[in-house]
Amino acid sequence: MSNIKDAVLNSYGKNVRKCMKCGKCSATCPSYDEMEYHPHQFVSMVEKGDIETLMKSESIFKCLTCYACVERCPRNVEPARVIEAVRFAQLRKQGNNHLIPDMIPDMLDEDLPQQAIVTAFRKYAK
Amino acid sequence: MQRIGVFVCHCGTNIAATVDVKAVAETLKNESGVVFSTDYQYMCSESGQNIIKDAIKEHKLTGVVVCSCSPRMHEATFRKAVASVGLNPYMLEVANLREQCSWIHKDIATATEKAVILGRAAIAKVHLNAPLTAGESPVVKRALVIGGGIAGIQTALDIADAGFDVDIIEKEPTIGGKMAQIDKTFPTLDCAACILTPKMVEAAQNEKIHIHSFSEVADVKGFVGNFTVTIKKKARFVDETKCTGCGLCTEKCPMKKVPNEFNMNLDNRTAVYIPFAQAVPKVARIDPNYCLMLKNGKCGVCSKVCSVGAIDYKQQDKFIEERYGAIVVATGFNPIKLDKYDEFAYSLSPDVVTSLELERLMNAAGPNGGTLLRPSDKTHPHTIVFVQCVGSRCDDSKGKPYCSKICCMYTAKHAMLIREKYPDTEVYVFYIDVRTPGKNFDEFYRRAVEEYGVHYVKGMVGKVTPRTDGKLAVQASDLLSNEQLHIDADMVVLAAAIEPDKTARPLATMLTTQMDTNDFFTEAHPKLRPVESATAGIFLSGACQGPKDIPETVAQASAAAAKAIGLLCKNSITCNPCVAHSDELMCNGCSSCEKVCPYGAITYIDKEFRMPDRTTAIRRVASVNPAVCQGCGACTVACPSGAMDLNGFSNSQIMAEVDAICK
Repeated sequence: MSNIKDAVLNSYGKNVRKCMKCGKCSATCPSYDEMEYHPHQFVSMVEKGDIETLMKSESIFKCLTCYACVERCPRNVEPARVIEAVRFAQLRKQGNNHLIPDMIPDMLDEDLPQQAIVTAFRKYAK
Repeated sequence: MQRIGVFVCHCGTNIAATVDVKAVAETLKNESGVVFSTDYQYMCSESGQNIIKDAIKEHKLTGVVVCSCSPRMHEATFRKAVASVGLNPYMLEVANLREQCSWIHKDIATATEKAVILGRAAIAKVHLNAPLTAGESPVVKRALVIGGGIAGIQTALDIADAGFDVDIIEKEPTIGGKMAQIDKTFPTLDCAACILTPKMVEAAQNEKIHIHSFSEVADVKGFVGNFTVTIKKKARFVDETKCTGCGLCTEKCPMKKVPNEFNMNLDNRTAVYIPFAQAVPKVARIDPNYCLMLKNGKCGVCSKVCSVGAIDYKQQDKFIEERYGAIVVATGFNPIKLDKYDEFAYSLSPDVVTSLELERLMNAAGPNGGTLLRPSDKTHPHTIVFVQCVGSRCDDSKGKPYCSKICCMYTAKHAMLIREKYPDTEVYVFYIDVRTPGKNFDEFYRRAVEEYGVHYVKGMVGKVTPRTDGKLAVQASDLLSNEQLHIDADMVVLAAAIEPDKTARPLATMLTTQMDTNDFFTEAHPKLRPVESATAGIFLSGACQGPKDIPETVAQASAAAAKAIGLLCKNSITCNPCVAHSDELMCNGCSSCEKVCPYGAITYIDKEFRMPDRTTAIRRVASVNPAVCQGCGACTVACPSGAMDLNGFSNSQIMAEVDAICK
């Protein structure tokens, strides 16, 4: 348990305790409605060490890494980086493949830029 | 040979927990010249001081070393104690075993070793101490208040009340400051102008108070009790002594499209203008950036209509010099600029306003005559969103790290006033914390929630998007119900952080006072000397020292006045005898010291000297005015020939200390 917390905090590299619980990250998040746990919850759950719950949640893959929360966080906590750290912990642990090329045709959206698909593979595929 | 006594203080456990005080006293007993050495729990207590006094008498001490806290804390206490039994107070040295030893070290052995070394250095210095006698310098019975807001006005009124002359320097054309722009005041909701303008008039009519409006401090020289200040009276192109404030020129001025800064640029004024109806002094000013006559030499309407001939297009900046015994700084605050906060669309939509702009929008003398209308289309807003902590409590490069203190309360006030006047308006306040310490403050905020139905939402606004239909799409989080809110607002009000006025930093340099990293003036002691700066004779009043509301500002203003009066009451003050002096035989007349002296205490004189061959020669040598010298020591470092030396901190004493430390 504490090893995961240390690993997450280490790859995150900033201080979650700086958070003043203003919720600006969640206020600014474009994926908010898609998420079970929202950006501000990520920060407080990582601080508490409740990381396994987050790792099991789909929410870690709902973050677009758009960095709106990083840009606007008044405390320099940069929630997207917290989420990224949890995501990495999950990916490295399981070695699971969350995206296989066969899934793509069903999900394809005309407006979706190709770059996004490439990015998605880098993020979600092993 | 000196007979030295060493007194080691435990400071409760402050020193004794980390330093073996008994070992220190024991070890220092063996130093040359030490005839008595002891330790005690609290040297600064009466019984502690008695130990020192008794030892001086009993052992015929000629020098005393107290190993205790910082000399800034208790040097004066111990000097007084030794003086009371006839020892010259400057024969005492303090070795700082607390701030510079016990508080910063953890290991007892090393801390004790360092304590012994610090004590040894102080003993080495005392060996070379010489008795010094403090002189006296007279106090000029006049005070200067820099800044004419509510803080400056209150301070000036109180000083004048005590019978002293006081000058107010205000950089704007009128006194009144930020309070004059505020509509109502919390927590009583009385009108700001109704309680401020009588004070402004009182200041103007008081014969002890002299207002220099539209003026700035250009230079400060001198020291406590005897400051010489150069005041720059900026050209207002209107003769203050002639103008009656009738306002005819402002009516006739053809240049009517000048942004009105008093109304936060929400409407326009003329190029010749009086800031507001109750301005003090009620004297017009011509804005040279817009006046057609001053820009192109074509117009002159104001000059033609002025019946008293007050318009003077040729007026120049004027510099006057005045002398003061005390200076009170009351330079106040400003809201920060919000151009870096793109997410709130402040620069995109006129309907996103700061709280100070809202004050003007709601004020009877404001751009809409007191009716709250959206700046964009002049319609009544039905949904208003307030955002707290915009730029306050930030750890980023955009904002300020501190809480601006006043925003929670003025937002509750705004919300309440809007709900009272326009009950069909929904008001949302997004807060991180609601901070309401103060008499009747929390009750006031609760009234906004309970009686006026203001929606307080715990969370922050993430973004504001102006839509084509004129609404503002507000996206925010409600942390308590864990949902993201989308509100279609008509207006958004941002509680911008407040920061010290920009003039404060250069002023602090002129006054040689300290500031913190946020440019607030630093008080001499955060708890016990909150209205004095560390520079003698300079006092602090109002928001220049930290964010403050009106009641606190007025309280501090009166406190600063009391401190200034305490100084002005004295006919003379005791000078610091630790001043520089030059060895005329060694001085080569190079002027290095004169150039570095920040107080102008050094002058050069031509003096006749007898030469070895019995002739006489005239040489140019440095001479220090001890009343002006503050003992900073800059000259002793600059002097290439070693002629300049500082009483009490002589070069030989400092070298003796270094030798003792390196032994």
